[in-house]
Amino acid sequence: MTMNTGAERRAPVSLRHALSLTALAVILSGCASGSAGPVSLSELAARNVPTPDPRVGLEAGLFDAGQTLWNMQLLSTTPPPREFIGATNSDLAFKGDYAIQGNYNGVIVWDISDPTRPSVAMSHVCPASQSDVSVYGDLLFVSGEGLGGRVDCGTQGVEQSVSPDRLRGIRIFDISDIRNPRYIHNVQTCRGSHTHTLLDDPDDDENVYIYVSGSSVVRPSEELPGCSSGSLDENPNSALFRIEVIRVPLAAPERASIVSSPRIFAGLVAPPQHGLAPEELAAVERARAEGAFILELPDNPQVMSDREANELLRRIVAGRGGTGSPMAQDSAFLRDLLAQEVEARLAAADEPRPGPTQCHDITVYPAIGFAGGACGGYGMLIDITDPVNPVRVDEVADENFSYWHSATFNNDGSKVLFTDEWGGGSQPKCRATDPYEWGANAIFTIENRRMRFHSYFKMPAPQTSAENCVAHNGSLIPVPGRDIMVQAWYQGGISIFDWTDPANAVEIAFQDRGPVEAQPRGRSMGGSWSVYWYNGVMVSSEIARGLDIFELTPSPMLTQNEIDAAKTARLDYLNAQGQPMFEWPASFAMARAYLDQLERSGGLSSSRIASVRAGLASAEQGTGAARRTALNGLAADVGGAVSGSADASKVRMLEAALRDLAGAE
Amino acid sequence: MNVRLARSSIAVAAALMGAACAGAPTTPASAPSATGSADLAELEALYYARADSARMNVHQADVAFMQGMIGHHAQALVMSELAPERAGSQALRTLAARTINAQNDEIESMRSWLAERVQEVPEVRHDHASMRASMPGMLSPGQLRELEAARGLEFDRLFLTYMIQHHSGAVTMVHELFATDGAALDDTVFKIASDIQVDQTTEIDRMQLMLDALPARP
Repeated sequence: MTMNTGAERRAPVSLRHALSLTALAVILSGCASGSAGPVSLSELAARNVPTPDPRVGLEAGLFDAGQTLWNMQLLSTTPPPREFIGATNSDLAFKGDYAIQGNYNGVIVWDISDPTRPSVAMSHVCPASQSDVSVYGDLLFVSGEGLGGRVDCGTQGVEQSVSPDRLRGIRIFDISDIRNPRYIHNVQTCRGSHTHTLLDDPDDDENVYIYVSGSSVVRPSEELPGCSSGSLDENPNSALFRIEVIRVPLAAPERASIVSSPRIFAGLVAPPQHGLAPEELAAVERARAEGAFILELPDNPQVMSDREANELLRRIVAGRGGTGSPMAQDSAFLRDLLAQEVEARLAAADEPRPGPTQCHDITVYPAIGFAGGACGGYGMLIDITDPVNPVRVDEVADENFSYWHSATFNNDGSKVLFTDEWGGGSQPKCRATDPYEWGANAIFTIENRRMRFHSYFKMPAPQTSAENCVAHNGSLIPVPGRDIMVQAWYQGGISIFDWTDPANAVEIAFQDRGPVEAQPRGRSMGGSWSVYWYNGVMVSSEIARGLDIFELTPSPMLTQNEIDAAKTARLDYLNAQGQPMFEWPASFAMARAYLDQLERSGGLSSSRIASVRAGLASAEQGTGAARRTALNGLAADVGGAVSGSADASKVRMLEAALRDLAGAE
Repeated sequence: MNVRLARSSIAVAAALMGAACAGAPTTPASAPSATGSADLAELEALYYARADSARMNVHQADVAFMQGMIGHHAQALVMSELAPERAGSQALRTLAARTINAQNDEIESMRSWLAERVQEVPEVRHDHASMRASMPGMLSPGQLRELEAARGLEFDRLFLTYMIQHHSGAVTMVHELFATDGAALDDTVFKIASDIQVDQTTEIDRMQLMLDALPARP
């Protein structure tokens, strides 16, 4: 009796329905101009989003597909070098002016110093899927999982099911001369490496660590000694139910090796469902007031449907040899049964479960000491302060989630977003008939090392069955004061959304192309594998078409000042599963971005916004002490408006930004 | 469903009004690219030539796996299609609906892989007699009849028990494929087989939790 009834689970959807009706009202009222006081971001987006959705009905084509963009523009699109045409482009890593792109045939290094005209700095043929890549200093790490990957990078594959020539694990290259990479070492693992995570421990200058996520079948011990599978009851040494940790000594990377295989899933007692969203809890309260039968599980009360309750009551009546409608005693009996059930469940919850056999992705965020693990049927919060011995501190499950795929934290670490790669990425899970909650993102807040569910977000434009589409990889866009993410949806294109309000993510920009091939010829894998913000542009690995680079364009949902402020946060390198904490230098753009945000939220009066803007313009013209005095004066002025503001925390951020600017050179 | 209705009413309303207020999306006439259109035509020809040549190189174990797995998936569809009428809980109906969606899509992928390689494509038939009971995890005709006859919580219990058996069989088939010389070197076969292994292992874990959570029989 898992008693999640459809009614409560749909609560967030009903809320979205209400928002859509608001949008409808706005449209019917004749395109309100937006100047009549603050409106919510979702309302603002609803007023501005093009209708009908231009992503529907785009022409098919490999290099000539129809394309549409909203609030972003394409700076360049560049096909892969010839030897990589037809092989899948996979994930990206960045170092300096270079974007490093994995491909099932090897690695391509792009010089993106001119994002309108990227050039191939180096390409290296060394086949293996998925060829996910990471960089650290002069080292490049590449994942190998497919059965045809060879230790010697040969292209002939490996025919035998057991062979010393097969590479499944991590390849390590020295890229101190990035145009001439040197293959220096590999670390073989039992399940190969589908993806991996590079962890730069803030307390360890001598090593970096690699967490290997392998989701394939365990190879035979004849090929790699010590590998065996099976349940832990039968085989305590099983290569399942664990992750692998590789230590890479920076002074001698050729000595990299597995140093631990932590069983981070041990003792898993997660329920099959995360706690309820606030709207869902409210629905439970309403049901309780109406006298519904409720299984009172802590954090996760479950209302029985009438159908379930009636069936049980019918059995109870029959059980006492009665007939006809249930009586008060039968209802009391059922409530008693439910109470017993809660006790039994709580007792059963203490029984350890085997849990998942592996993780797909582990996103480490060293600045906050946590990782988000997307592991089988669970999303996990993992303490990584001891890199060799990561410890799971919380886990969530979700009946709408098929397969937990990846995690992204917001910049201050108070939220985490998990993706569900339902169908594995090669299936079309964004058709009009596919539910909004399936193959989507789930957004959680992190409170006292526990994750709390708020809502789902799925790229909203229906796609054809010729387009593989599901939630996939992306990154934060560092707009100060907001949580904004750019995300790849394979052939569903690229979607940019604001998730500052965890209960209501809002799409604010997008790009999409038509399918690589139209039906009925077939479905070819294509679309954006991953897209990341890197030093002012968004770089996307297009599975079939090569490398795309985009930039944001301003809109009422994201102003030029906010975009300019995002561009001030610079990185020396970036790995897909290693999240950096963005830091912004003091800038006029940042102060103006906060002002724009306060205008949007109504957190400052329009007259004060106008006067601070004028003051900023004048201060920017000044120099030295005059500028400092002017900025401190503005800060004091803004500080005086904190109390009484509906958006006081943002006003404080503006005040601090002004003071920092005054203190800057 | 409500969401989609509401969205389409917005679209209709906006269309009626001429949709004048929306910020217009841009549709680049031609993508900026350093590569000339003649070069792109040549690369496109190369792309399709490589796809065609990959299709000429077919391993018999891969073909047998794809053909067998279509029949194996077909039985999961038969089982799941019993759920809307018989299941005792919404959670089980959700599970069955997702199974139908997922396995239909995978069947389509496997059918087109076989068709592109001019291999026999098994028909997905829903009559029990056509299902090869010899494959790992397949339900016997007796088990299917038992499931068909069950209702409410008893159906949930049987469905979970038998679907765990069925999924475990699919995982076994993937292990057998990977243990065959030369098999699963094709990217699509490796991907489908790995996804089946991962998804169904995850689903088995989830179904075991649901099974454990079923109440004792009243």
